[in-house]
Amino acid sequence: MPAIRMIERLGGLAIDWLLALGNFVLFLGSAALYAVLPPYKVRLTIRQIRIIGAESLFLILLIGGFTGMVLGLQGYNTLRRFGSEGALGTVVALVLVRELGPVLAALMVAARAGSAMAAELGSMQATEQVDALTVMAINPIQYLVSPRLLAGVISLPLLTSIFDVVGILGGYVIGVELMGAPGSSYMNGIAQNLTGHDVMSGVCKALVFGLIVMWTCCYKGYHAERMATGVSEATTEAVVLSSVLILAWDYFLTSVLL
Amino acid sequence: MDSAENRKGAAIEVRDLCRSFGRQRVLDGVDLDCPRAQITTIVGPSGCGKTVLLKHINLLLRPDSGRIMVDGTDVTRLGGRALDGVREKFGMLFQANALFDSMSVFENVAFPLVEKTRLSRGEIADRVHETLGAVGLQGMERKYPSELSGGMQKRAALARALVRRPRILMLDEPTTGLDPARTGSIHALVRSTQERFGLSVVMVSHDVPAVFEISDRVAFMHQGKIRLYGRPEEVRGAGDEVFDRFLAGRASGDESELSAAG
Ligand SMILES: Nc1ncnc2c1ncn2[C@@H]1O[C@H](COP(=O)(O)OP(=O)(O)OP(=O)(O)O)[C@@H](O)[C@H]1O
Ligand SMILES: [Mg+2]
Repeated sequence: MPAIRMIERLGGLAIDWLLALGNFVLFLGSAALYAVLPPYKVRLTIRQIRIIGAESLFLILLIGGFTGMVLGLQGYNTLRRFGSEGALGTVVALVLVRELGPVLAALMVAARAGSAMAAELGSMQATEQVDALTVMAINPIQYLVSPRLLAGVISLPLLTSIFDVVGILGGYVIGVELMGAPGSSYMNGIAQNLTGHDVMSGVCKALVFGLIVMWTCCYKGYHAERMATGVSEATTEAVVLSSVLILAWDYFLTSVLL
Repeated sequence: MDSAENRKGAAIEVRDLCRSFGRQRVLDGVDLDCPRAQITTIVGPSGCGKTVLLKHINLLLRPDSGRIMVDGTDVTRLGGRALDGVREKFGMLFQANALFDSMSVFENVAFPLVEKTRLSRGEIADRVHETLGAVGLQGMERKYPSELSGGMQKRAALARALVRRPRILMLDEPTTGLDPARTGSIHALVRSTQERFGLSVVMVSHDVPAVFEISDRVAFMHQGKIRLYGRPEEVRGAGDEVFDRFLAGRASGDESELSAAG
C-alpha cells in the first residue's frame, strides 16, 4: 500500500520536525535558566562580549558608514524630486534606527561571530571537550551557552547604536557635504522627529536579534554531528537559519512595535 | 585513604549492561567488577565497545538496560545534583584527549581545580606544577594543546584527570601512541598514583601484554561481552582460543581479522 507508506513517512517527518523544534526551544529555555542561576560566569561573559562585541566593531563601523552613505545618496535624489531635501536627516535616521541598524548589525554578527561560535562549539563536541566538561560535573550549557547568550543580548544593542550613529554621520557626509542638502535641517530634523519610541523599538529589535543569533548559532554548533563535515554543515546552517529568523522576526516585531 | 573507602567491595559493578546504536548491539550484557583500590584493565579488539562501556560507567551514555553501581549505590537513573555528586569522584582520560584547545596546558590542568575547588591560586599553581612534573611535562605550561605532540597531549590529559585526586580514575588508552619507554613510565605513574592515593582505576588499553604487569584484574571484552575476567595470570592461562588469538595478533601487530569478527 504505497499510499499508507507515504502517509507514514509524512507523519514521521512531521514528528521529527516537531521534536527538533521542541529541542530548539528547550535549549533556549535551559540556557536562559542557567544564565540566571549561580554560579555566575562573569568572566566568561565578558570574554564573549569582547569576541562578539569588540571584535565586530570594525566591521560594524564599515558597514554602518557605507549604509549611511548610500542612504544619503538615494535619499537626497528621491527627496529632491519632491523638493524636500530638508527631510533627509529624518529619513536617514528613521530608516537606520528603526530598521536597518538592528537588522544589518545582527546579520553582521551572525556572519562573523555567530558562525565562529557554531564552528567552535561544533568542534568542541566532535573532540569530546563537551563530554569532558560533563564528566567534571560542569554543566556545558551553563559554561558554554549561557555566557554567549548573555553576551549577545548585551552586545547587539550597543553595536546597533554605534551602527546607527556612524550611519547618520555617513548620510550627512554624502547628503550634505557632497550633494548639498541643507546641513542645519539635517541635524535639526533628527532632533525634532526622532522620538524615544523610535529608539526603543530599535533597541528592542537589537535585544531580540542578539538572542536569536546566539541561540541559533549555539544550538547548531552544540548539536553538530561529531565529525569535520558535521562542523562545517552546522556553521552554514547556523548562519542561514539565524539570517532567516532575523528577517522573519523583524517583520513580526515591526508590526507589533509600529 | 580512609578505611570506609578502603573496605572490601567493588568501586564499580556493572550488571547485565546492554546498549544498542541503531541496529548495532554494542554492549550485549556486560558484567564487570572493578574492585576498590585496584587497577582493572579492559582489553579487546578495536571496535568491541570498550570506549562505549567506559562512557556508560562515567554516566556520559545511558544504557538500554542493566545497572551500574558506584561504591555500592545504583547510579543508573541518577540525575541532577546526585549525579554531579557521583561525578565528583571521577577523573577521566578520553581516548582522544579532549583537552580544551582554547586553553594552555597549565589552564587545562588547573581547570578542574579552578572550577570545582576552593583552593587558592598559589595552591592551584603548586598542584598543577607537581602533577605536570609527575607526567614529565614540566616546562610545557604555556604551550597550547595544538603545539604538543600526540604523546604529550596524552600526558597533559592524564595530568588533568589526576589533578583533583579523584577516587575513581578512568583511562581510555593512556599509552596509545607513546614509545615503549614512555609507556613504561606512564604505567609506573598510574601504579604509583594508585598506590599513593588508594585509587580505583579502570583502564582501557591496547598495550598487551605489557599492561598486565600493573593490572590487578583484567577483563577481555569481545563482541559486546566480557569474555574473560580475572587476575592477569588467570586470564592468560585460561586457554581461551579467542583471547590467545587476540594476544598473538597484538604481538604481530595484526588485529584486522579479530576486529572484523568483533
Ligand atoms: N555515538 C555512537 N553512535 C553510534 N555508534 C557508536 C557510537 N559510539 C560508538 N559506536 C559504535 O560502537 C562500537 C564500539 O565502539 P567503541 O568506541 O566502544 O570501540 P572501542 O572498543 O573503544 O575501539 P577502539 O579500541 O578502537 O577505541 C563501534 O562499532 C562504533 O561504531
Ligand atoms: Mg576506544
